[in-house]
Amino acid sequence: MLQDKDRIFTNLYGAHSPELEAAKKRGAWHLTKEMLDLGPDWLCDQIKASGLRGRGGAGFPTGLKWTFMPKEVRDRPHYLVVNADESEPGTCKDREIMRHDPHLLIEGCMVASRAMRAHKCYVYIRGEYIAERHALEKAVKEAYEARLIGQNNLNGWDFDLYVHHGAGAYICGEETALLESLEGKKGQPRLKPPFPANAGLYGCPTTVNNVESIAVVPTILRRGAQWFSAFGRPNNSGTKLFCISGHVNKPCNVEEEMSITFRELIETHCGGIRGGWENLKAVIPGGSSVPMVPAEQIMDAYMDFDTLRDLKSGLGTAAVIVMDKQTDLIKAIARLAYFYKHESCGQCTPCREGTGWMWRVLERMVKGEATHDEIDTLLDVTKQVEGHTICALGDAAAWPIQGLIRHFRHEIEDRINRYRLPRAMVQGAVIAAE
Amino acid sequence: MSDTFKLNIDGQEVEVPKAYTLMQACEEVGAEIPRFCYHERLSVAGNCRMCLVEWEGAPKPLASCAQIVGDLRPNRDGSPPVIRTKGAYVEKARNGVMEFLLINHPLDCPICDQGGECDLQDQAVAYGRGDSRYDENKRAVEDKNMGPLVKTIMTRCIQCTRCVRFVAEVAGVEEIGMISRGETAEITTYLEKSLTSELSGNVIDLCPVGALTSKPYAFNARPWELRKTSSIDVMDAMGAAIRIDSKGDAVMRILPETNEDVNEEWLSDKSRFVWDGLARQRLDRPYVRRNGKLQAVSWPEALDAVKAALSVGADQIGVVAGDLIEAEQAKAALDFFRSLGVKNTDCRPAGAQYGLSGVREHYLLNPTLAGVEESDALLLIGTNPRVEAAVWNARIRKSWLWGKLKVGVIGPVADLTYPYEHFGNSPTALDSEAVRAFFKGATKPMIIIGEAAVCRSDGEAVLAAVLGLAQNVGAIAEGWAGYGMLHTAAGRVGALDAGFVPAQGGKSTGQILDGSVKTVVLLGADEVDLSRLGSSTVIYVGTHGDAGASRAEIVLPCAAYSEISATYVNTEGRVQMTTRAVQPKGEAREGWAIFRALSGLFGKVLLYDTADELRGVLRGKDGENTPFSGRGYAPGAKGFAALSAAVPASSGAIGNEPFGRSIDDFYLSNPVARASRTMAECSALATSLDTAVAAE
Repeated sequence: MLQDKDRIFTNLYGAHSPELEAAKKRGAWHLTKEMLDLGPDWLCDQIKASGLRGRGGAGFPTGLKWTFMPKEVRDRPHYLVVNADESEPGTCKDREIMRHDPHLLIEGCMVASRAMRAHKCYVYIRGEYIAERHALEKAVKEAYEARLIGQNNLNGWDFDLYVHHGAGAYICGEETALLESLEGKKGQPRLKPPFPANAGLYGCPTTVNNVESIAVVPTILRRGAQWFSAFGRPNNSGTKLFCISGHVNKPCNVEEEMSITFRELIETHCGGIRGGWENLKAVIPGGSSVPMVPAEQIMDAYMDFDTLRDLKSGLGTAAVIVMDKQTDLIKAIARLAYFYKHESCGQCTPCREGTGWMWRVLERMVKGEATHDEIDTLLDVTKQVEGHTICALGDAAAWPIQGLIRHFRHEIEDRINRYRLPRAMVQGAVIAAE
Repeated sequence: MSDTFKLNIDGQEVEVPKAYTLMQACEEVGAEIPRFCYHERLSVAGNCRMCLVEWEGAPKPLASCAQIVGDLRPNRDGSPPVIRTKGAYVEKARNGVMEFLLINHPLDCPICDQGGECDLQDQAVAYGRGDSRYDENKRAVEDKNMGPLVKTIMTRCIQCTRCVRFVAEVAGVEEIGMISRGETAEITTYLEKSLTSELSGNVIDLCPVGALTSKPYAFNARPWELRKTSSIDVMDAMGAAIRIDSKGDAVMRILPETNEDVNEEWLSDKSRFVWDGLARQRLDRPYVRRNGKLQAVSWPEALDAVKAALSVGADQIGVVAGDLIEAEQAKAALDFFRSLGVKNTDCRPAGAQYGLSGVREHYLLNPTLAGVEESDALLLIGTNPRVEAAVWNARIRKSWLWGKLKVGVIGPVADLTYPYEHFGNSPTALDSEAVRAFFKGATKPMIIIGEAAVCRSDGEAVLAAVLGLAQNVGAIAEGWAGYGMLHTAAGRVGALDAGFVPAQGGKSTGQILDGSVKTVVLLGADEVDLSRLGSSTVIYVGTHGDAGASRAEIVLPCAAYSEISATYVNTEGRVQMTTRAVQPKGEAREGWAIFRALSGLFGKVLLYDTADELRGVLRGKDGENTPFSGRGYAPGAKGFAALSAAVPASSGAIGNEPFGRSIDDFYLSNPVARASRTMAECSALATSLDTAVAAE
């Protein structure tokens, strides 16, 4: 279990003031100038050495991503864009950072911008996050007034930060769609390559990072890469914000060590599974986009990128959705399918057409109004969507369904069988059961 | 670093430029890649996902249209990356995409006009399933109003966004877009407004399915019933390559063909939809006015009447050739009237002051239409190419989009779909510091002068000033002839080349039409001012019952451009031929044959009995350089020698009267278009919308 002295987000629950003075007392803006003065190479090397992997879902090494930016600024300026379009169902970590620890984020933006030789940073906030935007804007104002950021600031690196409010589309959390939206266009993902590091915002070199990835950077640099990489198993280092929701006794957000076991995470912070561990049915360990893992496989699994990948799922955003045996899994996944159908941008064929198809079939399967063949058809359709689209939304729509069929095919079959029984027998069964 | 990259495609090793897309590389080895959204003249969207190919070792298939070859990596052992365009993996991916495209497609091929020439239909044969696995309700999409030309059945749309990209990139009017998202995404025009582009018909060709089809052609014919004839368009002076599709004796539709030098593969709406005008208001037999009314007569009677009307003395005859005259008719008419001693012949019905200097390059678009892609500074003088040569305007826009071209205008302000520097509206601007500064540093300056700049009393002086300007700013240099004239009429250059201008001492159009000659012959000239003719006898030779025929005493019907194989010379001096697609209407004859017949009546038989013999005369003897020989007079930069000669001194001085417009209504600029219901509808709509196209 992570000790309090090792927590990065010391005001995660808003127990203290988010304002500048209080944040400074908690360590923010300490030695920032000295860090910046060490230069981009040192900054990138430290983040690489810390083993920090992107906290937005894909888990790409953050330090490595930064080094993709051109080594010197030529005719085009560099940009840092912070992805605060936190829309993944189940995920609610970035909002806590923006509400309660905004100065860590702002400081992180500045340090990361220095590492990428950027003087401008945009924070793209999800449309529904009104209070978060106000909190962040207030903190930005404080930082400007204290001359921590801005032109000719005390930290010696000209740096402007703009907070941009999105309009509430899930797809705008995809980095290139986010850039499109930021440029004032319709939020549709771009073709890659070119990657944003070559041609991103306004065609200039750009790096898009998650809020959490950026907000942990100053603390890592202050306490040293070794400190950070000491947590978790190799290749999965650091601390991580987990958002545990669903059928646990006390759902919560908590900063924990990577590679903590699922059981320890739930027992320590969430007061156990509702109805006891025998009542656990399945877990979606990383936000709605990753396939579910059945109880017996997840119980003692390490909560990190590699373990969950081996379980054919993923850590994603570490939004742990716990489902007990009272859950109608088919209905749960159908609801997710509806979400993806609703949020598909409609640009490319498989996702535009496939998400609607998958949702409609699942809706019927919830009632059992389907045939056994259709389970295979559905699985086939998810395979036809997966990997064939411009962005990862197609994958994200397909994986939860694949997870359902992989582990709980028998439930769908049972539902279909029961639906096919003569009505009298079904009614009789109901009467008998009562 | 080398500029080429080695690939292994389907087992064949191939080396292609790094800038190639993977699709181009695959086509290099002959692999066929299906596609819907990709179009080589539009930006890459990569959204249909039909062109997926396998890259061995990659986790996902690649969209070959969007993958730049240079972005691929060789294998670890250094061998070229292995690409597969066939095989189970690729088939599965493509079959999946095809299935998705079809689940919400209505499959109403039997009642769809695209049937038989539909990309979706064709590719479904290769990649589609025999049955459907989709048991849900299909999506339906409301149809949109895109004006009188483009019919929409939006349920068939597969959201490839070709039309969106076309109007934004090529046509330059951002009027189509995709709204909503996910499966409710639909293509629509801005507020359901009809398109205001003169190139809107091209979206019909671009649409890979039957979502956007031709409204005038709707339910008229099936593609396999049509006889297809390659020909040349005469609605403007570009001479775009077209295909005339006909059934029996009716032209059913007109489509563009590819001619990279002229129209690429686009066609203006007027050229595309004018075909119903070829069946309406046609002159199908000769008429003679008796007791104030035109009465149908036989050819011998009509010719006798002509003979009588022409027996008034050579100096009492005037001949004006119109905009659509083919070179054969111009040559035969000219030879006939010259044999009678007639000097008053003119092919410049609007009174333009060119064609008399004896230098062909003075009235040609020497830098060529395609040359605008090489140019870096273009000055338009008294011309609005969007109206006068709509397809070329798109090419100017393309060159501007590439960031190579800057444009300047002397003339009326108009929306040209690209920004330009405006130097005023008067010819006095020609001699200004601003214009010289505009060309400073330009390596291939281009100066284009339009009809409106020379159809004025000081036209000759304006022309001389423009030629002088071209020499001064370096537009005329070895290997580059940057001066050009943009004509508005398909027949003009051919008639000028045939020498259809007043002979020494002869009258020009304005003097012929002022009532001072007894007999006026109009060769399809309808756009002229007939109000001052007074008691002159008018003989009209033409295709349509338009202004000329209604004033005429004698009407001789001749064949329209779809009904003859005839020579037209485009504004560049490019000699091209139309092909007969359908028979002439009724008793109409080919234009040249009418004058051949008349020459016999006058006992001065012309020296050719067939159109081929006439063309032989036009071409000249072997080795002779005539405009029609195609030797030495080919369009292009060769004109620099003639253009660098001293500019002939003009008699008058330049005035400061502003330039006018040479075409008042894009949709109604010639007799064929005025007979077309579709064009009338477009014109009325454009006028009511007060769009740039109609108002100018």
